[in-house]
Amino acid sequence: MAVSSVNNGVNVQALLDARQALKDAPGATKFNWRASCKWKNGTYSETTIQKFHGLGQEQSHKKTFAFDADHPEIFAAEDRGVTPVEFLLVGLASCLTAGIAAVAQNRGIQLRSVEADVEGSMDIQGILGMDSDVRNGYDGMKVTFKIDADASREDILALVAQSQKRSAVYDAITNPTNVTVVVA
Amino acid sequence: MVVVGAGHAGLATSRCLTERAIDHVVLERGDVANSWRRERWDSLRLLTPNWQSRLPGFRYDGADPDGYMSMGEVIDFVTRYANAAGAPVRTGTAVTSVQRVDDGYRVVTTDGEWRCRAVVIASGACNVASVPALRDAVPASIACVTALEYRNPSQLPDGGVLVVGASATGVQLADEIRRSGRHVTLSVGEHVRLPRTYRGRDVLWWMDASGVWNQRYDQVEDLTRARGLPSPQLVGTPGRTTLDLNALAAAGVEIVGRLSAIRDGRALFSGGLANQCALADLKMNRLLDTFDEWATREGVDAAPSERFEPTHLPDSRLWLTLTSGEFRTIVWATGFRPEYGWLHVPVVDAKGRLRHDGGVVTDAPGLYAIGLPVLRRRKSTFIHGAEDDARDIVSHLAGYLAGDAGEPRP
Repeated sequence: MAVSSVNNGVNVQALLDARQALKDAPGATKFNWRASCKWKNGTYSETTIQKFHGLGQEQSHKKTFAFDADHPEIFAAEDRGVTPVEFLLVGLASCLTAGIAAVAQNRGIQLRSVEADVEGSMDIQGILGMDSDVRNGYDGMKVTFKIDADASREDILALVAQSQKRSAVYDAITNPTNVTVVVA
Repeated sequence: MVVVGAGHAGLATSRCLTERAIDHVVLERGDVANSWRRERWDSLRLLTPNWQSRLPGFRYDGADPDGYMSMGEVIDFVTRYANAAGAPVRTGTAVTSVQRVDDGYRVVTTDGEWRCRAVVIASGACNVASVPALRDAVPASIACVTALEYRNPSQLPDGGVLVVGASATGVQLADEIRRSGRHVTLSVGEHVRLPRTYRGRDVLWWMDASGVWNQRYDQVEDLTRARGLPSPQLVGTPGRTTLDLNALAAAGVEIVGRLSAIRDGRALFSGGLANQCALADLKMNRLLDTFDEWATREGVDAAPSERFEPTHLPDSRLWLTLTSGEFRTIVWATGFRPEYGWLHVPVVDAKGRLRHDGGVVTDAPGLYAIGLPVLRRRKSTFIHGAEDDARDIVSHLAGYLAGDAGEPRP
């Protein structure tokens, strides 16, 4: 299926092999992703990510990644990092983009460039408690892709659609998820 | 040997067995064409046009080849077939157990016991309505009706209706209930969009003539997916109308995303509806491209190529309240599955699916199935799809009985 001359830097064969191997390994497909957040000051916090669980054992990134989160000055904060809701945009855009590369590789489509602009609209009356009919979160998100590839427009549209269909972040944002918050 | 079920698939199998003079009996829990008699809604018509209704040695010979049979007509058609084929049917004989014994099977029924060397399971693909587990969270004030229980709108309480699922079943029920004057919200996940007619001919003529429907199970790229696909959004009406989401929206049906949770008395819908529709539009157009390429290659005389409006979606609501009195009923059109509680042979997987290779149950020599989705071909569950499958299955079975088969197919 994969066309050898196409190279988007995705090892699709490894992914397909993994899917086959995991069919016979119940439990190995269960992953647990983790992040640890530490309050610094005001609305400023630092979140680090290194370990996760998957394929039946503890796993680790090659290094610890750190992310600063804060709020902009117009919220009377010091803007030492991006706003937490903006991290959702990061997750959505990067997940869909990774998916496009993987699906393109699998379909033998050579990508030359993929760019995404992501926007999310929100009415802050919700978080400010001004109007209980307004939700806290985004009321809509929009991703605009610009894709240059050896493929027809129809094939590119199909790529983008398939990427959404297989995206974990797209699913997490478009569908409800049970969230449990406890105090240790 | 024993055939379980006297629907069109079991009767087609019986006919092929008779042609080969293989001694057999067809055990039927109720009457011939039982599911068509007792487990379908009142207004249902076949999705396939009459001229496509054919079984081994039998075909539609009425005056309306382009029409679609009502349930009464299907029952009559299948019953006439049973008589014409001289099928050895025992009605009112429900199979309660099939067990492996020695070199064959022991079949226990409500009317005695059979020993046989081979069994063909033709008990249908739609014995039970599949309903998602979130049904348990539906408030007690809401009536739940499955597609197997539904007969007509008058059976539902007054008030709004949430129809879950947009296969042929879901779109037909949503349309009919909307026409009864109720507010209808249709929850749409992955679906298969098709126009009723394409380039002047029934779209199922194209499926048949172009060979798409004949594609074999071992040539399908993702067989598990193909076997789990929802039925296409089609309805059989005298006016040959298309019943896609655009048509439903125009009729006043509210379209929302896939039902993803019921929480605190609210039904929550996925925000991914636009992509589900984009995928369905893309796949429909790809299929129409296939038809066009075939028509050009073969020089088929048909009306000019056409493309249909993309699915138009207004911003859909992401939740609705089930406790306000606005909605009184949920109709679950979330699919069907076979029921194998009586099959005491370990050939059913954890998801309740029979493990088979093109209808040959390789783990249990002498056991066969027919009439399941994409059993041997894409057309396997349609009436005219039974003939080729029955011939293949009976051919394998005859070899097995003759002692030169029974080992797994390559």
